[in-house]
Amino acid sequence: MAQAKFEVPKLKPYPVIPVLKENAMAEVKSFPANAGIQQALGFPGELPEDWHDVAIAKMGELLDKYRSFRVYMDTCVHCGACTDKCHYFLGTSDPNNMPVARQDLLRKVYRRYFTFAGKYFPKLVGAEDLTRDVLDQWYTYFHQCSECRRCSVFCPYGIDTAEVTMAAREILDTVSVGTKYTNEIIGKVHKIGNNLGLPGPALEDTLTGLEEDIKADTGVDVRLPIDVKGAEVLLITPSADFFAEPHVDSLIGYAKVFHQAGISWTLSSHASEAGNFGLFIGNYEQMRKVAMRIREAALDLGVKRIVVGECGHAWRVAYSFWNTLIGPLDFLDKRYPWPQHVCEVTWDLIQRGALTLDKEANDHRIITFHDSCNVARASRMGNMPGGQFFIPRAIIKSVANHFHDMAPDTIEEKTFCCGGGGGLLTDDLMEVRVKGALPRMEALKQVVDDHGVNFMALICAICKSQFTKVVPYYGFDMSMIGGVHQLVSTAIQLGTKQ
Amino acid sequence: MSFEINGKTYETDEEGYLINLSEWDEEAAKYLAKEEKVDMTDNHWEVINFLREYYNDYQIAPAIRVLTKAIGKKLGPEKGSNKYLYELFPYGPAKQACKIAGLPKPTGCI
Repeated sequence: MAQAKFEVPKLKPYPVIPVLKENAMAEVKSFPANAGIQQALGFPGELPEDWHDVAIAKMGELLDKYRSFRVYMDTCVHCGACTDKCHYFLGTSDPNNMPVARQDLLRKVYRRYFTFAGKYFPKLVGAEDLTRDVLDQWYTYFHQCSECRRCSVFCPYGIDTAEVTMAAREILDTVSVGTKYTNEIIGKVHKIGNNLGLPGPALEDTLTGLEEDIKADTGVDVRLPIDVKGAEVLLITPSADFFAEPHVDSLIGYAKVFHQAGISWTLSSHASEAGNFGLFIGNYEQMRKVAMRIREAALDLGVKRIVVGECGHAWRVAYSFWNTLIGPLDFLDKRYPWPQHVCEVTWDLIQRGALTLDKEANDHRIITFHDSCNVARASRMGNMPGGQFFIPRAIIKSVANHFHDMAPDTIEEKTFCCGGGGGLLTDDLMEVRVKGALPRMEALKQVVDDHGVNFMALICAICKSQFTKVVPYYGFDMSMIGGVHQLVSTAIQLGTKQ
Repeated sequence: MSFEINGKTYETDEEGYLINLSEWDEEAAKYLAKEEKVDMTDNHWEVINFLREYYNDYQIAPAIRVLTKAIGKKLGPEKGSNKYLYELFPYGPAKQACKIAGLPKPTGCI
């Protein structure tokens, strides 16, 4: 079992709203990005002398640019509906992790500089000057929010709290303050093409090795093609799928699906990353620059369809933003949705009987499904409302016999974040990640105890990495974490071994 | 940040990874392993050496699947598994073994 330098929360049989522990997480901070990392993204390398004015000016710019942001700043009535909906608050007991309180770190400054009452009677309306202490608080607590938007589901005014966090991070970056984790990674995408910094030759070597593995397992030549001009489908998948376990098993799953369906497809060494951390830091230009590689690759390779692999926030960016970020892509085949999720592809093929599936091959697994936040609350799949909930479950039930959902208030649009999303999947925030996973772990424990669940299926690279790392802190084995297409890969019958 | 062995100074980043990869030597590896509470055996060294060879060829650490296959070939198929690598490097082969091998920390959704 994993050893922690902090107190790992105990799993409780029913959810309890914790007693407040003020400043419990005040000292847990991510490593800041150094000057080189920041300058590579066009941010200042050190805190400017007039940082205060720069930050306030940036806030004003965002308020003018995004009408939604101004509404979110104005409209909160502090009703408290969100307070106990955040996994980080439930896991850490720190009152600044109540979504309303976290947002108020920004809102109190907004009031001071942008409202009549705050300018003239600051104490009456809880308005505060922007000081270094406040800036530090922003850095701490806006990096204890995974932008998962569960609290927004319960907000009677529909305040999108993720947008507030993104705005705070955007303001911070304009005065040089960002995290090493997110901003170093964005720099790697610009330079090398993916979050890992995996160069083309290493990618090719890895894919060749996987082709050998599939051949050894199944006796069938399944290809993992890269940079193939004229392929029908360009697959955009998180680079973790090439590198990490259990991610790679889903990559093998996609390859087997394309193989059996006879769809010609390719990966791209230029656009070898689905993830887009520009979203996490709330920076439109970074998000656009990262996404643009996909447009360039699609044009260069002459593909007719773009399919997105198992990555939560990538699907949000693709589904909700690609059209305006990098579109229109008029050259794509209009008979298919643009973009298309790999789960939509697989489910469509299953419905048409195009895949040979042996459900019993997964009989050793008793499965549950974790809805990833960005898929659940920021996108859709298929042509019906709720398709993003239905389709992954329908795939699982088509490839396996044993499936049990977790408690209703912890799944679908009310799903709990894995605890590592939104740019927090870094070792220096392990305490935040372990504690933030608490609500999901409690729901998981219930189905483990009641139904003997031994596999939690996912469609997000961050969720997979987060859970494999944190479930041991709660007494579970990391091997119970895997992808939906890992299950497909197990069930699909390509041929008999020679 | 830095550490010193026999008068030689090794610079590290805030997470303890060597900044200048060419400074790496066995002494540094032993020091970093001790910091990570890893007792180095011959099998640990097989992993470290493979990581360094692969990095020399590709300027990146090998994918976990590439590593497990290589170790399986060297130490026997029963040891060619992610589980075995976690036994050697409990914090994870990618990050902990890379640190000891003097490679940069793999980043991303891993």
